[in-house]
Amino acid sequence: MSKVPKSRKDLPLTPLSYPTFGSMGKTGSWRTFRPEVDYSKCTKCTICWVYCPDAAITRQNDDSPKIDYDYCKGCGICANECPVKAIKMRREEE
Amino acid sequence: MTTLKELPKEEYLLKGHAACAGCGPSIGLRLLFKALGNKVIMAVPACCTTVIQGPYPFTSAGVPLQNVLFETTGAAASGIVAALHARKLEGITVVGWAGDGGTVDIGIQALSGAAERGTDFIYICYDNEAYGNTGMQRSGSTPYGAWTTTTPLGKGERKKDMPSIMAAHRIPYVATACTSYPIDFVNKLRKAKSIKGTKYIHLLAPCPTGWRYDTSKTVELGRLAVQTGLWALFEIENGKFTLNSPSDRLVDKTKRKPVGEYLKLQERFRGLTEEKLQMIQSWVDEDWVRYSKQCV
Amino acid sequence: MEQTIIDTANHLAGYAAKAARVKVVAAYPITPQTTVVEKIAEFVENGEMDAEYIRVESEHSAMAACISAAATGVRTFTATSSHGLALMHEALHWASGSRLPIVMTVVNRAMGAPWSIWPDFSDSLSQRDTGWIQFYCASNQEVFDTVLQAYKLCENEQVFLPAMVCLEGFILSHTYTPAKIPSQEKIDSFLPPYKSGWSLDVDHPVSHANLVAPDWFMEFRYSIQEAMENAKRLIPEIDRDYGKRFGFEYGGLVEKYRCEDADLVLFTMGTMGSDAKIAVDKMRKEGLKVGSARIRVFRPFPMEEIRKLIGNAQMFATIDRHISFGMEGFLATEIKSSLLGQKDTPKVAGFIAGLGGRDVSSETIEKIAKKSLKWMDTGKVEEETVWVDLRK
Repeated sequence: MSKVPKSRKDLPLTPLSYPTFGSMGKTGSWRTFRPEVDYSKCTKCTICWVYCPDAAITRQNDDSPKIDYDYCKGCGICANECPVKAIKMRREEE
Repeated sequence: MTTLKELPKEEYLLKGHAACAGCGPSIGLRLLFKALGNKVIMAVPACCTTVIQGPYPFTSAGVPLQNVLFETTGAAASGIVAALHARKLEGITVVGWAGDGGTVDIGIQALSGAAERGTDFIYICYDNEAYGNTGMQRSGSTPYGAWTTTTPLGKGERKKDMPSIMAAHRIPYVATACTSYPIDFVNKLRKAKSIKGTKYIHLLAPCPTGWRYDTSKTVELGRLAVQTGLWALFEIENGKFTLNSPSDRLVDKTKRKPVGEYLKLQERFRGLTEEKLQMIQSWVDEDWVRYSKQCV
Repeated sequence: MEQTIIDTANHLAGYAAKAARVKVVAAYPITPQTTVVEKIAEFVENGEMDAEYIRVESEHSAMAACISAAATGVRTFTATSSHGLALMHEALHWASGSRLPIVMTVVNRAMGAPWSIWPDFSDSLSQRDTGWIQFYCASNQEVFDTVLQAYKLCENEQVFLPAMVCLEGFILSHTYTPAKIPSQEKIDSFLPPYKSGWSLDVDHPVSHANLVAPDWFMEFRYSIQEAMENAKRLIPEIDRDYGKRFGFEYGGLVEKYRCEDADLVLFTMGTMGSDAKIAVDKMRKEGLKVGSARIRVFRPFPMEEIRKLIGNAQMFATIDRHISFGMEGFLATEIKSSLLGQKDTPKVAGFIAGLGGRDVSSETIEKIAKKSLKWMDTGKVEEETVWVDLRK
């Protein structure tokens, strides 16, 4: 819905912005640490999904989490809140 | 609603937005949409959310959102509600979503005016206890002793009691909430939606950038704020005061964690002397005496 | 049914808001505007006007409420004066940047300090750069007509800018004169239902006015300038059309009186334009070739009209009910600016008169004209800016 204007005639009357995934680009590039889910431990409680400030975790049909690494900023809230410690934060380079 | 799984899956805060990693207010905004859906028109003044939207021509907000002047959230809401009423459009929830600076300081007049007029909207103050958008300067909502860029030695004044100010307007619904208690916040939003008149919710939303803690602790800190009693979860519905879980079990002082457990995790309170800490503890205890008297 | 009533300009502004079928009115009182919003309150409460009436708690909130209501798809109206207008200042910028066709009545009153309740143009002229179209009226009838013309203009898709309709406090606002109000049917055929260029719509979500980086900001600003240029072209058309339908028109951008063969043209704004006509007639009887041009629209500034008035004139005299401290009145500056680079330009003498409501009668204007004529004859403008009737 949102196109970067190429010329003046592409401009709306006044700045109107349309809902876009990745409005700031691929914010996954901000990460230093990335969360990794151990699905064998995951109890599908959905707590990580609820608390992700970036909505980068999708709650799948079976309620398990799927992390979108294009947008995950690596804040670590999911790992901190997981009641069974199924999520570990690992340095990006590892 | 009682379980997290009852929250709808749809997202109206779109990923890839500009918030800091670990942003408490962003959790709040996500939960706002989960509570109210997308038949919402938002008025957002200058605040963190202004920037979180991202730059033109993109926005990370999935509902119609009008960016409004800093002071004007309450007045903007009055305008939107009036126009919807004039057009006889129903079923749309008007929301004012503002930071603490834009609520307790510069925005207080317009909010007070809207409340006095009984404008039918929900106003949420998401409180990260400073002017976040401009880099963490103190606001009227900054707590005593907190470092900010304009109070490097720690704020010398107490936090403005905005819920009491709003309750004094005799609006039908005033509540406090915290991003660490999503079910409570969502239920309060839905209850607010069902009430006619001005509804005010004050949402504590921890901010790693301003409070200086590790980004992973946002939810933990919000929980500690409630568990120490420094932040109480309550509702004032038509003047009737009710403490909500888990605050309802904290009237007994021995059940409250000492405030130090919450304050010491944040570098913004690094300068607190033992004396100041005791003072803060005594204020919390005083507040709870007041809360217990207000409960019927 | 057409009616002739005897009423004040303020009340007529209220009648115009009603006739325009305004749906949201933001109301805050300030002398000498108060009776505008009081009249509208009467209309709304007795059911004559179907509008939401928001009794805001400050003028800043009044404009904020109008901005949001207009963005939510309805025709809006508010009114203010002096410090109330000044308080709205940042919101005026926001309204024009948002391209919302809000129409506001400004009942001109001097800015303080010190307090003054009497008229001059320091309030509205201080806002000349905000991107609002500015009309200046010289009669109660013109106030009514201009509010309607303003809505038609602002909601034109080549414009979509807000407009202020200015009238001098007490001279017009509280003075009773006869005025004709056309039938609602005829007004409805002149002014169709509200149209805006964008709106807040749950079925088509947008975020309005989030951050625009330097790479596109100028282009958005340019489009406002283009809209002003379009307004300059449309205002005379709308005025002529209004004249055909209702019998009242005002010369479009500039109301010219006996300028065709004038040696001296007097430039005024507002009610001084009416007094100037009396002075012109008197001097014409004495054989002096004087004409008067009342600048009805200050923004967009009618540069081309000013240039057309050069004719054979040797002298322009500008009468400003305003001073930009450290320089001169805006009318003087902008007229001089319009003449730059033109052929055979007349000399310009600038006069400051009527600040803080000091009366400017036709006799005063005659004095101004005679002084200008003297300088015209000697070929030298003795003083660039003259403060008229200044006490020693």
